Amino acid sequence: MRHIISMLLENEPGALSRVAGLFSARGYNIESLTVAPTEDATVSRMTLVTSGSGEIIEQITKQLNKLVDVVKLLDITESSHVEREIMLVKVRATGDSRDEVKRLCDIFRAHVLDVTATSYIIEVTGTGEKLDAFLDVLDRRIILEVVRSGALGIGRGEKALRV
Amino acid sequence: MELSGAEIIMQFLKDEGVEIIFGYPGGAVLHIYDALYKQNYIRHILVRHEQGATHMADGYARATGKPGVVLVTSGPGATNAVTGIATAYMDSIPMVVITGQVPTNAIGSDAFQEVDCIGITRPCVKHNFLVKDVHDLAVTLKKAFYVATTGRPGPVVVDVPKDVTHPDIKIPYEYPRDITMRSYSPVTRGHSGQIRKAIDLLLGAKRPMIYTGGGVVLDDAAEELRTLTQHLGFPITNTLMGLGGYPATDRLFVGMLGMHGTYEANMAMHNCDVLLAIGARFDDRVVGDVKKFCPGAKIIHIDIDPASIAKTVKVQVPIVGSVRSVLRDMNAMLAESSREPDRAAVEQWWRQIREWQSIECLRYDRTGPRIKPQYVVQKLYEVTGGDAYIASDVGQHQMWAAQFYPFDKPRRWINSGGLGTMGFGLPAAMGVQFAHPDATVACVTGEGSIVMCIQELATAKQYGLPIKVVNLNNGYLGMVRQWQEFMYESRESHSYLDSLPDFAKLTESFGHVGVRVEKPEDVEGALRDAFAMRDRLVFLDVITDPTENVYPMMMSGKGQNEMLLSALCRDRELA
Repeated sequence: MRHIISMLLENEPGALSRVAGLFSARGYNIESLTVAPTEDATVSRMTLVTSGSGEIIEQITKQLNKLVDVVKLLDITESSHVEREIMLVKVRATGDSRDEVKRLCDIFRAHVLDVTATSYIIEVTGTGEKLDAFLDVLDRRIILEVVRSGALGIGRGEKALRV
Repeated sequence: MELSGAEIIMQFLKDEGVEIIFGYPGGAVLHIYDALYKQNYIRHILVRHEQGATHMADGYARATGKPGVVLVTSGPGATNAVTGIATAYMDSIPMVVITGQVPTNAIGSDAFQEVDCIGITRPCVKHNFLVKDVHDLAVTLKKAFYVATTGRPGPVVVDVPKDVTHPDIKIPYEYPRDITMRSYSPVTRGHSGQIRKAIDLLLGAKRPMIYTGGGVVLDDAAEELRTLTQHLGFPITNTLMGLGGYPATDRLFVGMLGMHGTYEANMAMHNCDVLLAIGARFDDRVVGDVKKFCPGAKIIHIDIDPASIAKTVKVQVPIVGSVRSVLRDMNAMLAESSREPDRAAVEQWWRQIREWQSIECLRYDRTGPRIKPQYVVQKLYEVTGGDAYIASDVGQHQMWAAQFYPFDKPRRWINSGGLGTMGFGLPAAMGVQFAHPDATVACVTGEGSIVMCIQELATAKQYGLPIKVVNLNNGYLGMVRQWQEFMYESRESHSYLDSLPDFAKLTESFGHVGVRVEKPEDVEGALRDAFAMRDRLVFLDVITDPTENVYPMMMSGKGQNEMLLSALCRDRELA
C-alpha cells in the first residue's frame, strides 16, 4: 500500500542523505521525496511517498525514527489528510492542438504559465492521481517535458506536526 | 579557560572521564597529537593499524561498559577504521571515533588524504558529526558520547577538520555537563501494562523458554536476569552475543542456541509455547528459516530498540525499554504476585529437555594422534579456572570457544558476532587487557584470522600486554572448508592456506614467547606454562585436526528442529 510519511528533520547538512541512505541500504522503495525549509528555520519538512506491506511500513517508520536527525515523524495516510502535488508540463501547441490543450486545461483547472508560438507550459495541481489523469488525456506526441514536485501532505484538523 | 580546538578535545575527554584512547597520528590530526603530547591525563595507545585501534577500543568497551575512544587521521586513517566501526555497530558497542579531516576550505577539493568520512561511515554508525566551527566542538563531542552510550549503544564518528583544531585559535571552554537533544530521547522504562501481560503469559506457560542476547550484557542486567530465571525455573539459552549473560554452569542453562547452538536449546526453542526474548534480535543465525521458527509459541520481546521488535519475527507482547529496568519491574511484579508458574507442567517440559540433552550433542571423537580443537578449548577452560576473558576471532575456533568455554559472568566473552570480523580477536583482547591489567586474557584464534591484525603484536610488546594467544592452526579457513564439505561436495576452493608462517618464530621476532604444540599430550602442559608466564605474551601455535567440523549445525534454510548432528551423536538421535 502507498504511504505518505511526513518528517521534521534537523536542518543539518547530510540529514537528507541519512534518509536516502537508509532507504537504499535497506531496500525500501521511494516513490517521491520532497524537502524544504519551514516557518521554523531549525527544521526542514520532508514528505516521502513509499509503498510496502504493513510490516515493511512499520519497519520504515521505526528505522526513520531511529535516525538522530529526525525530530518528528507521522504517517499521514493513517488518518484523514490532504495531498497535493504540482506538475509543470511543456507541450507542443500548434494548429488545432492549441485549443484542444487549452480546453483540457480548463477541465483540470490547470493554468497556462507560458506561451510561445509553438508551445505552452502548463501548471497542474492536485493529487498524484489527478496529475496522472491529466497526462493520460494529453496526446503523448505533443508532450515535450514533464516535471513533478512529488507529493506534499498535511493532516486535516487542528492537530499539527510541529516541534 | 581559553583553549584551542585540539586542547578542547583533550580537556573534554578528561572531563568526560576518558582515561585511555587508541590511535594513530597523521597530518590532519597533528594539532591534536601536539595537544596530547602536552598533557598527562589521557593515556594514548599507539597501534600499528587503525583497524587495530577500533577493535582495541571495542574490546575495552565490551569488557568495561565504558565507551571506547579512537583517534585517527583523515583519508586512509578513517577508511582503515571503518571495519572496526562496522564491527562495533553490528554488536551495539559504545564507541566514539574522532577522525581528522582536511581543513574546511579544502573539503570537497580532493585534497591530500581527503575522504568523505561522514558519507563512508554513515551506514555503519549510530550517528556521525562533522564539526565545522571550533565553537561547536565541545557540545558536539558531548552529543557524540551521549548518543554512543545511551539507548541501544553504538559507534559515533566525529570528523574534525584540521583548521578547527588550530593552536592559534583559542576560545572559552566549559565542559557541557548536560545535554538534551530534541530529536533523540531513548526510552528507558518499559510499559507496565505490557509487562503485566508478559507475566500473565509466563505464569501460564507449559513449555516456556527464555532466550537472551547481547542486550543483557550491554545493559548490565545479568543479576536481574538470574533472579527472574531462578524464580521461574524455566530453561534459558543465550545467543552468541549473550554468553555470560546467564551463568553457563547453572542447571537451568541449556547452552547457546542457533546455527551452532546445542541440540537441546534449539529443540526447546522450536517446541516451546511461550518464548521470552530479552535483548536479542532474532538474527538469521539464531532463527534459521523464519517460517519454521517457534511454530507454537507466543513471543514476548524486550528490547531497547523499537526497530528490533517485529523486524523478522512477529511478537505478541512487545516491550520497549532498557532490559535492566524491565527485568527489575518484572521481578517486582512477580514478587508481589500470589500466582506461581505452572511447576508441574514445567517439570514435564524439563523431562523432555533432559531427553534432548542425553544426545550429548557436543561430543567429539578424542581418539587419534591429532589435537582436537575442542579439547584445546576445554583445557583452556580448566587451566584458567573458567575465569578468563576470552576474545575470539571468527570461524570454527570461535564456535568451539563459544561451545566449550562455559562463561559464568558477563563481559568475559568478547567476539564479533554480528559482522563476523576476522582480525578482531587479538586487538580486542588487547583492549580488554588495557581495561583490566591484572586479569587473565586469552585470544582464541585461527591461522586465518590472526594474520589479519597480527601487526598489533608490536603494540602488545610496546605496552607489555601479557595476553595468551591460542592459535587453533588447522591450515584451513576451517568454516569455509566445512561449508564446502557440506554444500559444495568438498571442493575446497581457496580455503587451504599454503605457505603459513612459522608462528612461533614470527611471535618471537615481535619480542614475545612463541610455542608450537603438535601432540595432544602436550596441550595442557603448554597452556599451564603459558599462563604461568604472567608478564609475557605467549603465542601457542596449536596444530589441530584439519578435518574437524563444528557440530551440531543448523544448515541455512532449515528450522531449529532440523539440526545436523555429528556422526557420533546421530546414532542416539531421538525419533
